[in-house]
Order: sequence, then structure tokens, then C-alpha cells
Amino acid sequence: MRMQSITRLLVANRGEIARRVFRSCREMGISTVAVYAEPDADAPFVREADVAIALRGTTSTETYLASAKLIAAAQKAGADAIHPGYGFLSENADFARSVIAAGLTWVGPHPDAIAAMGDKLSAKSRLALAGVPMLPSVDASGLSADDLAARAKEIGYPVLVKASGGGGGRGMRIVPDESALANAVASAQREAKSAFGNDTVFLERYLHSSRHVEVQVFGDKHGSVVHCFERECSIQRRHQKIIEEAPSSAVNPDLRERMGDAAVAAASAIAYDNAGTVEFLLDADGTFYFLEMNTRLQVEHPVTEAITGLDLVREQIRVAEGHPLSFVQSNLRIDGHAIEARLYAEDPEKNFFPVSGTVVRFEPNPLTPVRVDSGIESGSVVSIYFDPMLAKLTAHGRTREEATMRLTAALANLQVTGLVTNRDFLVNTLRHPAFLAGDTTTEFIERHLPARWRQLEEGELTFALFAAALTASEVRNHERRVLRGVRGGWRNNRSMLETTRYAFRGEEFAVGYAHEREGTATCTVGSESHRVRWFDAPNGCATLEVDGVRRTGFVLARDDEVWVQTPHGEIALREIPRFPEATRQALVGGYAAPMPGKVISVHTAAGAAVRAGDLLLILEAMKMEHRIIAGSDATVAEVRAAAGEQVEAGQVLLVMEGESVG
Amino acid sequence: MDTWKTRIDPASPEFRENREAMLALIGEIEAQLEVARAGGGERSVLRHKERGKLLVRERVELLLDRDSPFLELSPLAGWGTDFAVGGGFVTGIGVISGVECVIAANDPTVMGGAITAISGKKIDRALEIARLNRLPYIQFVESAGGDLRRGTDDPDAEMRRNLVHFAESGRLFHDITALSAERIPSVSIVFGSSTAGGAYQPGMSDYNIFIRGRSKVFLGGPPLVKMATGEDSDDEELGGAAMHATTSGLADYLADDEVEGIRMARSVIRHLNWRKLGPGPSLPADEPKFSAEDLLGLLPVDLKRPMDIREVIGRITDGSRFEEFKPLYGATLVTGWASIHGFPVGIIGNNGVLFSNSSEKAAQFIQLCNQTDVPIVFLQNITGYMVGKVYEHGGIVKNGSKMINAISNSKVPHITVIVGASYGAGNYGMSGKAFDTRFVFSWPTAKISIMGPKQLAGVMSLVRRGQARSSGREFDEGEDAKLNAAVEDRAERESLALYATGRVADDGLIDPRDTRTVLAITLSACHSNVVRGTDRFGVFRM
Repeated sequence: MRMQSITRLLVANRGEIARRVFRSCREMGISTVAVYAEPDADAPFVREADVAIALRGTTSTETYLASAKLIAAAQKAGADAIHPGYGFLSENADFARSVIAAGLTWVGPHPDAIAAMGDKLSAKSRLALAGVPMLPSVDASGLSADDLAARAKEIGYPVLVKASGGGGGRGMRIVPDESALANAVASAQREAKSAFGNDTVFLERYLHSSRHVEVQVFGDKHGSVVHCFERECSIQRRHQKIIEEAPSSAVNPDLRERMGDAAVAAASAIAYDNAGTVEFLLDADGTFYFLEMNTRLQVEHPVTEAITGLDLVREQIRVAEGHPLSFVQSNLRIDGHAIEARLYAEDPEKNFFPVSGTVVRFEPNPLTPVRVDSGIESGSVVSIYFDPMLAKLTAHGRTREEATMRLTAALANLQVTGLVTNRDFLVNTLRHPAFLAGDTTTEFIERHLPARWRQLEEGELTFALFAAALTASEVRNHERRVLRGVRGGWRNNRSMLETTRYAFRGEEFAVGYAHEREGTATCTVGSESHRVRWFDAPNGCATLEVDGVRRTGFVLARDDEVWVQTPHGEIALREIPRFPEATRQALVGGYAAPMPGKVISVHTAAGAAVRAGDLLLILEAMKMEHRIIAGSDATVAEVRAAAGEQVEAGQVLLVMEGESVG
Repeated sequence: MDTWKTRIDPASPEFRENREAMLALIGEIEAQLEVARAGGGERSVLRHKERGKLLVRERVELLLDRDSPFLELSPLAGWGTDFAVGGGFVTGIGVISGVECVIAANDPTVMGGAITAISGKKIDRALEIARLNRLPYIQFVESAGGDLRRGTDDPDAEMRRNLVHFAESGRLFHDITALSAERIPSVSIVFGSSTAGGAYQPGMSDYNIFIRGRSKVFLGGPPLVKMATGEDSDDEELGGAAMHATTSGLADYLADDEVEGIRMARSVIRHLNWRKLGPGPSLPADEPKFSAEDLLGLLPVDLKRPMDIREVIGRITDGSRFEEFKPLYGATLVTGWASIHGFPVGIIGNNGVLFSNSSEKAAQFIQLCNQTDVPIVFLQNITGYMVGKVYEHGGIVKNGSKMINAISNSKVPHITVIVGASYGAGNYGMSGKAFDTRFVFSWPTAKISIMGPKQLAGVMSLVRRGQARSSGREFDEGEDAKLNAAVEDRAERESLALYATGRVADDGLIDPRDTRTVLAITLSACHSNVVRGTDRFGVFRM
């Protein structure tokens, strides 16, 4: 076997996995090359690479899925190897072949193994022969609607629709009955096409109350195949894993051995020669079925690294270079327990719909001992073009309980600010008694419904409101150009407290405060009054003692948004401006929305006589209230907007008498 | 610079007693401030709010920059008079869009915002402060107009007693436009009626903000118009905000509501391109080494025991630093240099009665401050200039006059704090209210009068005794004692700080612990104007 030493490696991927691969490269002395789509131009993985090549495009198809561009980039940068990461082209055999044909080393299994497993349908029949347990499945391609329905009926509802070329849960649908079948198949095909460039989908029996347990396998070019134990990834939403752990609480040594053997058998059947994962469904009775084999590094590989002490990327690179595996099966031991949580920019209240925007601040608490793999940093923009995963946090402990507690605390203490994330949801899931009891199945979330948002601690909101108001007060005192040394808000005849109004979860809180002579402050929220002591704290932190309880939080403000990170999580406030923006219009014939927004309230009705200056309607847009005010005396002919309605810029809201508006 | 060492013991019974007494006085003042804040009373406030209007202090607070200090001036004006405590008017110095301004605001809950003898004095003083210190002037106008009330008990007697004539009024309109002439901007927000003479308040202003449906400005209201010309009209068409914004041009900005009007005023101030002309703070502004709390226990309330004024100085200056000038000469007057919140100041404080040498020292020190453009802080605790043969022979009148000449013609800003006694010519020589002093504040312990009440009563008694003797009448000791007591009691009451502040004879009573802050705010205000001394004094009688 000829050794093919790697000196400069291009990662044909982005975000956290690119950074993960670069980390091992740096430890091995290998030069790093990044490629990037335009939205990623400022991303940390691009900056941290020794060289980065622009792919001159925006979408996945134009960039990370464009094989030719990637190979050209490798050649331009002088790379001698390509690591595909996960997703994108990582399981594209044609790409692997092109890489090899271009004289580059492919850090992954040989293309035939990818092809064999890439087509999930043929993979299943092939591995069945090797004795790997299977569930029956049906290829949906080319089937007429009637045939499709008939075959689904044979399998029995609910039926699972899966992308044959996919992974990571994308392109997957659970179909409860026949009426939904055709649409589910069509949309799965579209998603599969966009995500993987291959629209083949197949139907499979859907198992209730099963667990997703997968086995990490590793082969080399010398015929060795070992397994690195299992991972359980049952906690999923939208068919995507969000919490993964190793080992599985449902796997005993005997089952581990049997699953390990099955996984090794699967890998051996295709002469597998790199890192891969054999996924199984584990039924409640302990039987397991092959799901698919992922011929690449998994997102959740850190949990395996934590319990085995291996560096899987380093091993991938060494194996690709032609080295034999640095370990044999009998070297491997499970050390404790590891759990990983995936932090996403998504809205748990809107069915985990992805969210885009700016991560104003991303800062893991250095006091929490967890591994953080992230593709972002403070100020990063999460675009609509790519997966909205922000970070993976992995905790390792002696026991499952210890690892869980650590991970929960690390998540709660993590500063991730500026957009909606699933952080609270992850924390609630990890704290759920069923999770702690190890009662984890793929339907966990639907069955146990962990709260989407966290319950605030006693006094936490009060602390956050005061910390926000007093920090803003400090900033203003610091920025004032005159009378700088004079105590903020000093009065010789105080008639009222300095007041700041905040909105939190749809409720308004008026915070009043006055700095007293002796360095304390009187603070009020609603009718409660508190004595507050303010302590000097490092930049951005606010340390307050409220009625004898001292807390520290991190306060961050941008425009009218204020975020307070406490040890329990984040409280996102919106400051209600002192002076609302007034928008007066005298449109001929009516009043239109000045910008896209939501109608908060309508203050008139059809037939009403209004006078110039009357308030007609309040619109919330760009987080500001805009008041639509009558520009002249008139009679309202028609009200075309209702409270709560979302309206577009220029959309007519009110039509006035005697005029016609299109 | 020397850091001076305190000699007081805050644990001593005397100190604690003084402190208790001072806190009682502060409590009394706070109670009166509460009366002032209540404005025209519950019903009137409620009615005002029901009309969707903000209270005067809510308007002021909204106008000010958040977290900035606000020094209300003469908040207890009207105390002990027939007028409301506070005078139905709020004046003060505050920061608006980063600019220190004078705010003068009608409280329409008090007699509909009518201008009375008290609120008139507050307005005059506010305009004077704006002019002397070159501070933009913001007025909130919502007024029923002049106070037309006339007594009915005994019109003849009232007319005899009343020495104020209509023809003396109206100076306010002169003063507003005089500000403009000195390039000091004036801004009016017209929250309500401003009619007849009141119409000239916005009329004389540089910028006018009117509020739709609220501002009413006309020379004559509908009844008067009907009387004069027979024309029918209503408020809105005669002088409404929309009319003035679109037709007459009297309104520069038309706001939809009070809040928007206040926002507009803030943006007017923002565009002024305002630059202060004084050099501003230039020295380290560290806190004093000694606690301001101690100021509560320094002064015996009866003012009978002496107090070292350095104990006050050491609690108001930066780092408690004080470079004393001529400490060994004329020691009953303490003079020296220090800084307050970084503003360099000369300080003149009393440590006893004024003698010829202490007066001459003052005159020299004031000239030095003028040579170096350094503002002067006067700390008054003065029973007067020394009397007696030796002192008259020594020229106490002549030498005291040098001091009064110096303070009268001095051009650097003077700020006076009356901490204790302020009697007779001592009040003048230590830059009293009548001497173009930029600001005068009093501690609750201050006593201001022509002489001490006991001395006054005693002098009157001696005069009566002399009259009896020269007319050969028998002197009635019992009657004299009664009269004495009555005179002393009245003089005592008239000398109280509240009595003076009720008559706008100062710019307000302050908590001694706020002295440093009040001086900082007023020094900063003074620095809005040029800080420049003079070498032109009157002839010093040698």
C-alpha cells in the first residue's frame, strides 16, 4: 500500500465541521484550506484557514455542492487532499471519484462504498445478505400514484418517506394515512433534490417507540474494521437529532456486542475504509433493524470521542494517507458518559422553524467544562442559505447523570443572544424526568412535550429588569458630556423616578429607579419597590443585590433590544421608546402602511367621522410603533386591516369617504 | 495643594444633636416640597389628567435627558405667603439633548397657571439666570394670564398697601427677546392657552412648538372680539395650533400631542449647535476625602457656637484640597483656591465677624480671582462687620466698603451658599442676592436679616428707653419685655431660611449634603458663558 502523505487539506464544507477538521489538521501540522460561499465570507472558519478560496456563489448548489468548483479550488490552493465534512457532497460517490481522479486524496471511504450505501435501497438488500437485520422498504421512484398508495398500504401506515440519497433527517416524512402520501413524497423529493442533489425517496415501515441507536465504525485500507461503540440519538425534532449521547442507556454489554458485530459486518461487506456510522432502530423489545449507513463523519462524533478518547478526524486523515488504524477493537473502552446538544437558530414555538439573523453575542461560559464546537462567533450572521445550527455542546461525565447536569448548566450559562434559539427547549428536555430516567425514544418530544420556553426563577425577571435599566443608566451617565461627575438623575425635588419601560413576552414592565446618596438605588417594577445595591463588575456584567440577594448577569443592548444573561438562561427585553414614532400621512383617499409590519390596534371604524390629528391605527414595524394619524377631517369608508394582521409596505389600511382606492 | 485635616468628632453628643436638629429641618423642608409637588391639589390634578394632559413635572422630566441631573430653583417660593407653595411654577436648570438649559414651566393645576407676584418673581429670576449664564431658555406656556383677583374686604386699604402697578409689568417680554438679542435661544412649547398679554410669550420666542387642539394663542378671545368688532369666532379658528402653523406662522412646529411637542423641543435644542464658552472643568474631580454626611452635624442650629468653615470646605472640594491664601492675616475670613468637580474656584468663607484686615484680604482675593478668571464660591456664616470705637476709628466702614466694591464690580461668577448667619452688611459683602450673584442657596440652618433677632429687639428697646427718658415718661419694664419678646419672635421668624426662600430671596434651600452637587451644576451653568474677570473696579477708598 502506497502512503499518500497529506500536507495541505481542503475542507469542502463550512461552519463548525470545517473548524473541527482544521483543529486536527493544526495538531498534525497540516496546512488548511477553506472554501466559502458569499454569505460565509466573514465566517470564522474562513478566517482561520491558512488559505481560503471564494466559490463565488450564494446557494449550496452554487457553492458547497459544486464539485468542479471545489476541485478547482483545491488545485488553486495547492491542496493535496479534500475532507468533505458531513452533508453537502460528503456522501457523493461521483464527487469522491472526481477528487481522486484529480490526483487528490479523498478523506473518506472509497467511492464504491459510498455508492453502495448512498443508494439506501440497494444498500439494504446488499447488507441483508451480510446478515444485518432489516425492515422492508419500497422505492417510490417512477411509481404511479395508485401504485404508491398500494405499496404504502402493504407496508402499513404510518409510513416513513425517506430520501434514498440523504441523511440527517432531511427529506424525511411520516405519513399517517393515504391522503397525505402523494404530497409527502413530492415534498420529500424536492427537499432531497435541494439538499443532496438526488430526489430518490423510498417508503419504509414506521416503528413507534423505537430508539435511534447507531454504531461508529472505522475501517482502514488494510482490511481492518472496528467499531467504537454506539451512540443514541433518539431525541429528534423534525426528524433531526438534537441530543445525542454515548453510550445508550438502553444498550447492555451483550446488545452492544451484537450491534457492534452487525455494524462491523455491514462495513466489512463493502470493504469500508474510513469513519462511518451504521444506524439502527432499536425496538422496545431489544430487536434492532438497519436504518442506513452514513459513509462519513457524523455531526455527533464528539460524544464518541469523549468516551473513547479518540480523535476521529485525525484517524480519518491517517487512514486516508494509508496508515493502518492506530487501534484495534480490544484497545477500546468506554470511559463514562457523554451527551451532546445541538444549538439551533430556530423557533421552538413555531415548530422549530429556522430563524436567520445576527448572533449579537456568542460566548460559552468559561466556568462550565464542556466541549463547544461552533461555526459562529459574536456578530456572526445566520443566513437563510444554510443549516441554522449554531453550535454543539458536549459534556463528558463519569455517569449519565453527571454529563447531563453539566450539559444543562453549560447550556443555561451560554450566552447566545440576538436571535431565537432552541436553547431553553434543550435545557427543558435535558431536565425532563423522562430524559433523566433514560426513557428516550424517537417520539420523545411529541410524547413528553418539554416546555418550549423556560420557567423563570423567582426574582430573576426583577433582577433582569433592574440590571437592564441600571446598566443603560450607567451608559448614559458615562456618555453625558456635561455634569459628568454628578450622580445620575440627581434631583433636589424628586417628583418621580426615572422610568424605563420594557416589553417581555408580550407584557409591559415599567421600571423606575433613583440613585440614592449612599450608592444604592431605589428600584420599582409595577407596585413593588426594592432596595438595590450596585457593584462594579467587569465590562458588560451587572452585579446587583436586590433585597439582599446578589446576582450577576451579562447585559447586552442593541438599539431597543436588551438581553440579560443570568446563570439560568437569557431574558430578552425590548425597551419601549420614550417617544413613540408618529407617522402622519395625508394620502389621497386613504392611509397605507409606511412599511411592512403588524397592526397592533385599530382606533376607528367604517362610517366614523375623524378629525385631523385623530389616531386611526397603530402599526408595529421594525419593532417600533407607528401611529397612523388623520391628516384631515374625513369619514372612514372602509377599514381594511384588523388588529394582529401582518401588512405589507404600501398596503392600504383605511379608505376614506368619496375616494376610490385600488 | 494642602489637604486639610478635620477636627470634628462625629461621635460626639454635640455633633449628634446638631445632626438630629438638621435632619428635622430637612424633614420640614421635604414636607413643604411635597406640598409644592402636589400643585393645585388632588381635584385639580385629576381634572388635568382627565383631559389627557401631563402634569408640569411629568413634562419637565420628559424634556430632560434621561439620568441627567435637574436643579429646581426656588421650589418653595410662595411659602408663608397667600400664594401656593411653589408659586404654581417650576423653574430649574437641566440638560436637554446634552445642553444645559433653563426651564420655566407653568403649573396649570394652580389657578389655571395664572401669573402671580410669586411666579412672576420666579420667571424674572429664571430669565436672569438664563441671561447671566447664557443658557437656552425653554418655557412651557399654559396660563390663564395675569392674576386678576382683587380683594373685596377693604378696597381702600388694599389699594393704599399695594405699591405694584400694571405699568411696571411686562418686563418678561422684554427679557425673552433680550435673550435672543444676546444669541441665547428661547423655545416655547404652548401646552394650552396663552392669550392676551400671554400671547407675547410665544410671540417673543425664537422657536414655537404648538400642540394640535391644545394651544390657543390670541390677543383677544371670542368674547372680547365680539365686544370689540361684533365678529363671531371660536377658539380654534381664532388662535388654534393648526391655524398658527398653517396661516399666521406663529407656530414653527405642530405637534400631535404633548409628548410629540416635547420631543420636538428636544430636537430643536439638538440642532442649536451649542457650544459652551467657558473653559469647563480642568482639574481632577475626585471625591472629597471627608464624607458629606458630616455636614449635617457641623452647625449648631442656634448658630451661637462658632464653626470652622474649613470643615465645610473640606467636604465640598475635590479631594478635600484647599490652598489657603493669607491664612495668618485677617483670620476671621478664610480665602483660598480649590476645585469642585474639576472647576477651579476661589472660596471665601467666614470664620467669625469681619474686621478691617479680613475685609481687605477679601478685596485683594476677589481681585486675584478676577485676574485669573476663577469663579468665587462664598460660604456665608456672618454676623456682620465689627462695631465699636476701636473698629470705627480703624476704618471698618472704609475697609468693609472695599470688600463690597470688590464683590460688586467683580465679573467672575459668584455663587453664594448661606450655611448659617447672614446678617446686615455681612450679607452684602459676602455677595448677597442683590449683588448680581449668579446663584444663592441656603442651608436649612440659614438665618438672613438686617441683624440678629435678639440684637434687633434690644436695639428697639434701647430706642424706646431713650424716647421715654427724653420725654420724661416713666419707662414700663413689663410692657417693654412683652414688646421685646414680640419683636424678637417676629424677627426670628422673618430671618428663617424658609421665609427668605418663600420670597425668592434665594434660589432655593438645599440639603447640606447636596452642596457639592449644587455647586457643580451651577458652576457648569456659569461655564456656559464666558468666564472672565475684570480689572475695572470702583475707586477703592484708601
